[in-house]
Amino acid sequence: MTVDTAVALERVPRLSARFRLQFETAQDTWVLLYPEGMVKLSPTAAEILRRVDGKATIASLVESLEQAFPGVDLRADVIEFLRIAQDHGWIEP
Amino acid sequence: MDGSSPDRPELPPPLWLLAELTYRCPLHCAFCYNPLDYTSGGAELTTAEWVRVLREGRALGAVQLGLSGGEPLVRDDLEELVVEARRLGFYSNLITSGVGLNEKRIRAFKEGGLDHIQLSFQDSTRELNDFLSSTRTFELKSRVARLIKDHGYPMVLNVVLHRLNVDHVPQILEMAEAMGAEYVELANTQYYGWAHLNRAQLLPTREQLVRAEEATNRFRDRVGSRMRVFFVVPDYFERRPKPCMNGWGSVFLTVTPDGTALPCHAARMLPGLAFPNVRDESVEAIWRRSEGFNRFRGDGWMKEPCRSCPEKTRDFGGCRCQAYMLTGEAENADPVCDLSPHHHVVTEAVERAREPLVETRTILFRDDRNSRRLAGEATKQENV
Repeated sequence: MTVDTAVALERVPRLSARFRLQFETAQDTWVLLYPEGMVKLSPTAAEILRRVDGKATIASLVESLEQAFPGVDLRADVIEFLRIAQDHGWIEP
Repeated sequence: MDGSSPDRPELPPPLWLLAELTYRCPLHCAFCYNPLDYTSGGAELTTAEWVRVLREGRALGAVQLGLSGGEPLVRDDLEELVVEARRLGFYSNLITSGVGLNEKRIRAFKEGGLDHIQLSFQDSTRELNDFLSSTRTFELKSRVARLIKDHGYPMVLNVVLHRLNVDHVPQILEMAEAMGAEYVELANTQYYGWAHLNRAQLLPTREQLVRAEEATNRFRDRVGSRMRVFFVVPDYFERRPKPCMNGWGSVFLTVTPDGTALPCHAARMLPGLAFPNVRDESVEAIWRRSEGFNRFRGDGWMKEPCRSCPEKTRDFGGCRCQAYMLTGEAENADPVCDLSPHHHVVTEAVERAREPLVETRTILFRDDRNSRRLAGEATKQENV
């Protein structure tokens, strides 16, 4: 594990106040809602973002996901997705 | 046209429900997209009727709700509608001039679950703001902007651009930054309703637009991701039409103050089309089965050059209302497209904008007196 990754794993991300995460029955998908717009989330993205609650560290997100989807090493994927999510402004570090 | 087309299970839901709660408005903006004859509509829907529209729209899959008008704050049941919208799971957007917003009301909206307030400004200067809206509202809007920030709302400023204020884009962006805006929409006027009537006064020159867009890009470079600035180019200056409403009856459903349901807020101008009313039919029946909503779905209605054009799946032939206004037929290609045989109508209007404004071009402000007069003229023409 690199130093950067170790630091990243202790971070506590939270959803930006500009976005709302909810499930849309009509579209059978999780979405992020923001002023006059919407992002449709892939099932993987939704599984990650649903666990972003402003309390859990990234390490505990990974742990929770690996329990839900056993046998897969998800750490790198989760960190990569959260980096993208932060670039889009969906989450704040 | 098969007016009684059967149910379409594959039809996507109307993701956007625009509730035009009222046409009453304390402002009289010369570029308003409300219909010229807005005073001629029926009585406004009641609170109970709006609640039913919200429930039916949400059940159909609508997720973004625009609370608009006119000035929606004129309705004293807005708080009640906000609560219902949140309960149903809408993301609700209040689209307002700010007139009528105070501490008590914004607190109720926040508690009720209103997600977002979009505040319009007409200009960065009091003089032009107040002239364009034909009111003295600049100071009030500035106070409302602070109120919106103080209550933790994302600040979204909307400024409609045109010939008279487009040169102030640097100052407008500075004003937005000073207010702490997160989003700024520099929305160049689209020429419908009152804006079409005042087009000669409002259409900017190409040089003005280029300068404004350059200033916007310089500002974006300076502020980075702290603010998002949208610059909507007026389609008269393009060579391809906008994919209007993302396609007719595709994602967008407007309900006007008297309950008329429209695929876009300007569609009522199209002749020979009956648009249903939410007082008579369910939102689902309107969306799926009404003639008005099915009329320009798909591409069976298209004429050349659209019909055989490979780009028809991208822009859907542009805007039906613009095609009607500028060519006389809604089925024609939007003349913004340079493949349209009517494209010269647009380029000539742009060319005329290079001429200096002369006194004989008077601005008609959107107010009840002008609306009744224009509606009267339209009635006379129909009777001939």
